[in-house]
This record gives sequence, structure tokens and C-alpha cells, in this order.
Amino acid sequence: MSEYLLRVKDLHVEFTTRNGRVRAVRGVSLALSPGATLGIVGESGSGKSVTAYAITKLLDRAGRITGGSIEFGDSDLVSASYEEMRRLRGPAISMIFQNARGALNPIRTIGQQLVDALSAHRRLSKEKQQERVLDLLAAVMLKDPERILRSYPHQLSGGMCQRAMIALAIACEPQLLIADEPTTGLDVTTQKTVMDLVARLATERKMGVILITHDLGLAARYCQNIAVMQEGVVVETAPATQLFGSPQHPYTRRLVAASPTAHSTLDDLGVDAESDGVPSCRKTLQSPRTSAARPLLTAKDLTKDFSGFRAVDSVSFDIAPGESVGLVGESGSGKSTISRIISRLIDKSQGSVVFDGHDIGDIPASDFHGSEFRRQIQIVFQDPHESLNPRYTAFDCIAHPLRRLDRLIGKRETKRRVEECAERVEFDCALLTRFPHQLSGGQKARVGIARAIATNPRLLILDEPTAALDVSVQAVVLKLLDRLRREEGLSFFFVSHDLNVVRMLCERIIVMASGRVVEEASSLELFRAPQTAYTRELLEAIPSFDPRRMREIG
Amino acid sequence: MSATLRHAVWVIRGNPITGVAVAGLSFLIGIALFAPWIQPYDPLASNVQMALQPPSAAHWAGTDQLGRDILSRLIAATRLDLAIAASAVAVSFVIGAVIGSISGYMGGRVDRVVGRIVDVFMAFPLFVMAMAMVAVLGNRVENIIIATAFINLPFYIRFARAEVNVRRGAGWVEAARACGDSHMQVVLLSLLPNILPAMVVQITLNLGWAILNAAGLSFLGLGVTAPTAEWGIMVAEGARFILSGQWWLVAFPGAALMFTVLCFNLVGDGLRDVLDPRMRT
Repeated sequence: MSEYLLRVKDLHVEFTTRNGRVRAVRGVSLALSPGATLGIVGESGSGKSVTAYAITKLLDRAGRITGGSIEFGDSDLVSASYEEMRRLRGPAISMIFQNARGALNPIRTIGQQLVDALSAHRRLSKEKQQERVLDLLAAVMLKDPERILRSYPHQLSGGMCQRAMIALAIACEPQLLIADEPTTGLDVTTQKTVMDLVARLATERKMGVILITHDLGLAARYCQNIAVMQEGVVVETAPATQLFGSPQHPYTRRLVAASPTAHSTLDDLGVDAESDGVPSCRKTLQSPRTSAARPLLTAKDLTKDFSGFRAVDSVSFDIAPGESVGLVGESGSGKSTISRIISRLIDKSQGSVVFDGHDIGDIPASDFHGSEFRRQIQIVFQDPHESLNPRYTAFDCIAHPLRRLDRLIGKRETKRRVEECAERVEFDCALLTRFPHQLSGGQKARVGIARAIATNPRLLILDEPTAALDVSVQAVVLKLLDRLRREEGLSFFFVSHDLNVVRMLCERIIVMASGRVVEEASSLELFRAPQTAYTRELLEAIPSFDPRRMREIG
Repeated sequence: MSATLRHAVWVIRGNPITGVAVAGLSFLIGIALFAPWIQPYDPLASNVQMALQPPSAAHWAGTDQLGRDILSRLIAATRLDLAIAASAVAVSFVIGAVIGSISGYMGGRVDRVVGRIVDVFMAFPLFVMAMAMVAVLGNRVENIIIATAFINLPFYIRFARAEVNVRRGAGWVEAARACGDSHMQVVLLSLLPNILPAMVVQITLNLGWAILNAAGLSFLGLGVTAPTAEWGIMVAEGARFILSGQWWLVAFPGAALMFTVLCFNLVGDGLRDVLDPRMRT
């Protein structure tokens, strides 16, 4: 019996695809002691999830382990049979999946699913089962357990599903818990509760935890050891304090540099020119526009009702020309609804929206495409992949607003304008003929931004433009946005749940909760001295690391 | 585009029957296009002395009761039947896709009204409805096309509606509106191109069915009328001679009909595989 709970040595995983074999994991070695938490960090495609699936032997059919060993206790999982693995999954090794709602069975209640998990491995009497199920729900701190037991996944919020998922994962008291991005898509405060819960369970039950995440802050806060993965290889393994204090490998350094922290500015975000920056065909700079004194946009007492439910409740704010205003809040706070009212994609219920002295709030959203203001208010959408028409090439995407709003018809003129837009966002003109699925995340984000600035708008609404991107790509995109704003005198309305990102890009921040404005202050003020309890809670929940502080401790 | 082609080749290699069906279909389309030039005899020229001749070197598929060359009639019929099916499917596709997309995009009351009307139509026995339409409108090719298109329409409306409905909440639909598209432009220029691949599968499968439908109407005497070469009529006329042993009058048009429908179905299945995203790993 070794001192380690799990020891992975030189693991290789291959996938067979039609383009030949892909070596997704190439010689990964990891070690985990009982009760410890190991973080595996890396960007999308680094092989971190594949490593986890290999340990549980839940790889998809195209994938197989081609080398190395996975020692768990006394047994080697690589040679374990299907039956042996089945006995291990649950009582010995368990997993929390990325998308909890997707991983839960939609047609069985949470209670039934918990009973299923329990009875798969143990014979218990009805009363014992019931008792155990209630214990589990109490352990994951779900309020009103009786109601949860009778609920189906779709009746619960994302955070509740995630907790139910954890309850399922720990139902048989596993010795090893693998959490694959357990908090993606959750609000920061929910993320904190969920992760605190996992950490508490780990110490209480002497459970080993592998936390797979792309969020360095999260790994820094909850893991003792961290392995950094890049292209299927662990490039660096170190204790958290050491890793963030003095990263050794260039890739780790780049990741650490690209991650926004509570004190970093845009200039601090190290950007590797080779990582995403593509050469542009021509460099043209635009002169900044002159700004007027009156606010560019004034929203007054905005209210929006959705069949009886008030999503936005008399919200007022204004945006000065050239100013960047951030709107933060958790999911369901009404921030997306506001961005859609301002961008005139949906109608308000009450209140007014005045843009440059004109009341545009009364133009119905279904007629706004014909308004002269359509071209002046543009929007960059959340998911760059989802917001590009899969049947349009990058060229068509960027040309779309030019054809509609600038009434461009001539082929040559359209081509000139599209290329000019591509250059403004540093998008390689050679890629213009590609379809969205042939572009990387960062490239798609650039196309989305190019499309939004094509008509030279004065107000750009950014709806979580970097939420779906890797940190290094996020850093590049944020810098690009900041440059565009300075060079073109744009006003930004930046909607996000990530306070660190908003702080770097915005002069002023509005905090929203359940449809109302909770606090509004300059970014500096808000971070230095938050006035309300809600803002304080939000700030505290942000998992982040401070390289300087880490260095002192380490 | 070449990537798509390569993908298609990859899928077909895994399923050679699709390749065979594509070849068969190309052959039929070739015959239809060049019919007037490749038919050995005039399909309408009768010669009573030569009536009911079995297949021979001069008449590969034999002759019918009026001494007309069956092979020439088969070739002419290929052209007519494919034309009827293609026009009927084109009409129902265009109308169905537009109505269905708008209904799926708008949702609410419009969607409910369209949905109920479609339900009512589908409650009728559709072939009987087509027969009634042709009987009322008259035995002309245009009317067969209209009747066939009409009874296909509900399927296209439903299909387009369902495909648009799952996409209408997508980010790029909202983005299109921010780019200055009106609702109508969103449906026609953004959504329709996206549902097109799925509809092409539907169209291909439907073409075989439309041919059967047209031939069926003619067989019952409610379609194309007598001297014209058409598979349904040929089968109907030839059926009288089966008992007296002149099997070739029925067998050849029947086989042609079966082969055509089979090709369309196989190609449709193959296309479905090509377009299936799960095959794209």
C-alpha cells in the first residue's frame, strides 16, 4: 500500500478519428494523497478532461489508453475489467460533471436518482435509504430537502443542480472525487458555496479531489498542488503558492500573466503575440471622434415585465460619450434584459431610452432595424461561436451590417470595407472565406467585434464578450476592445459577471441584483470601498490570486 | 466547399450502396434529359402488325398491344415522371418552407393557427384527396403536379417549422437583427439557408414518393391520359395482358418505377448520413 491514493504514471491516450490518430494525452504523471486536492489547469484542448475520463475509464468509444499506468490503492485501473471498474465507480471513484443539468436524468426526480446511486452498490432498507438521502442533501446544504427530493432537474436552478450532482457523486462515500469544471456557468457566489462544500467534504471524509479547471484563481484558492497541462503534457507541477509566485515554465508564466487579478490592469495582462495575434494586411488608424458634453445615452426608470415577472425594475443610468460603463450582476439579475432593451432588440415595459437627445425607447424593437440609430448602437454577443451564422463565411458576417445598414451593394466597395473592418480588429484577411466552425475561439470573437463596429457605431454594447474564451484569448480580446475604444472614441456598455474584467475595462460600474440597481460607483471606489453588503459578497467570492502576495507567502 | 466534398466521399466510402444509388439516379436523370435523342423509336407510333412482340434485338423491351416500342415509351416516361415529381416537390418545398419557417419563427397565435390547419389536412386520406382534386380540376399534367404538391405541403410545413423553431433563439438570429435585418429578412436570409441541408434530405426522400403518387393517379385513370407514355398508364394497360403471358408489358415499367423510387430513397438515406453532425468526428 503506497502513501498515495492515486498515482498516474506516464499515461497516454489516443483518439481514432477520420483524420488519423490524435494523441490527446502524451505521458501524464500525477500523484494524489488522501484528503488532498490536486488542480489540473490548462486551456481548452489541453487534455485535462481526457485525463480525468481516462482515470474513470469513461472515455468515449474512439478513445483508448495506449500506455502508462493508473494505480489506485493496490490496483492498476488500466488493466481493470469493465466489471471491476463498475464496482469502483461510485464507492471508490466518483465524478462531478461539467454541466450538471445535462448530467442528471431529466425524467427522474433528484430523490429517485439518489436512491439509484445508493442501491447500485449497497443493500439498504427503505427507511435507511430515505435517511441517507436526506443526510446527503443536508451535506450539500440544499435548503428544503423534502421539496428537492420530489423535484426534476429542470425545476431547479443551476446551482441547485450542481449541488444535487455533488450529492450523487458523494453518495457512496468515494475515496477519490474528480470534479471536471464543476462551477462553469455558475455565478461567483454560487461557485464559492459549491467549492467550499467540496473542500469541506474533502477534509471531513479524507477524500482525494482532482479539480479540473481553466480558472487559475479557483485552482489557487482550493488546491494544494497544481499541474499545468498544455497539449496533452503536464508542463509543470508545483504547490499552488510556488506555482503562482514563481512560475517556471513559459506556458505557466503566460497563463498566470493573462489571468486578471484583483489588482491587475490591462497592461499587466501579458499577451503572447504568437498565441493569437494574427498579422493584419494593412494598418490603418482612425482618429478619435470629438465628444459632446451631454450624455450619449440616458436610461430612465426602465422596467421590463415578462408575463407577470418583473425582470427589470425602474433602472436609471446614463453613459457619456467615450465612456465605458460596466454592468455586473449574477444570472437572473436582469443585466442581459437591460442590454437587449438598450440595443433595441426587445421592448421595454416602462421608462425611456434617450440616445443623443432622441427618444428611441418608443420605436418598437421590430421596426428598429429601419431606424437611423440602428447603425449607431451595436452589440457584441456572449458566445462568439453561437452568434455567428453557421452558413455565413467570416466575410458575409462582417458584410451583413454593411449591406443592410450602409446599403453597400458594389462588390469591390463591400470587399474594401470588410477588409478594413478585419484590419481594425486584427483579423487575418486570408481567413475571411472561412466558416465559423473553421475558426478558433479568438478568431470568432474578432469576427463578432468586427461585425459590431462595421457601421462605426457610437455605442457598443458588450454582452459578456469573453465569457466563452480561454484566459489568454480573453486577454487579447480585452486589449483589442480597449484599443478600439480609445482610437475610435466608442462608448462601451459592458455587461459581465466577471468583476475583474469589468474593472479593467470600465470607468464606472453598476451592480445589479434581482432587477434593481444595488450600487453605482467608479471602478476604483467600488473595489476599494463597496457600500452594500451585496457588492462586498460579490467581491469576496471572486477567486483570484495575487502573484505578489503568493511570492511573499511562498 | 472541398472539405464538404471530401466529407461526402468519406461517408459514401463507408456506405457503398449510396454510391450505387447516386450512379443509378444520375443514369435516370441523364435518360430524362436526353430522352428525345436516345429513344430508338417514336413512343407514340403504333404498328399493329408488330403488336405484342416479346423482347428481341429490334425491340429490347418488346412491343405493346398497339405495336409501340416499350423501351422508347419507358424512356419518354422517365422524362415525364421525373418532371412531374420534381415540379411537384419544388412547389411544395418553396411554399412549405416559407409558411413553415414564418410559423416557426413567429410562434404564438400564427404558429397555432398554421399548426391546426396542417393537422386538419393531415387528417384526410391524402391520396384520396389528390384523386378528388384531379377529378375536379381535370386530367392534365399541371393538375397532377398541383395535387401532388398540395398533399405534400403539410409535411414540408411541419418540417420547416420544427427546424426553424429550434434555431430561432440562437445568438446569430439576434445578431442578424442587430445587423439591421427585419424579421422577414431574418427568416428568409438567415434561417432558411440553415435548414436547407436538412430539407434536401426530405426532398430527396419525397421525390420517390411523388413519383409513386403521380404513377398511382395515372394507373387509376386520374392522371396523364392514354396515348402519352407514362409508367402508371403503361402498367395499367399492360395488366390486361399478364394472364395471356405477355409479361413484358407490365414488368419493364414496373421495374423502372421500383428502381427509381429505390434510388431516391437510398440517396436520401445517404445524404442524411452525410449531413449528420455525428458523422463529422
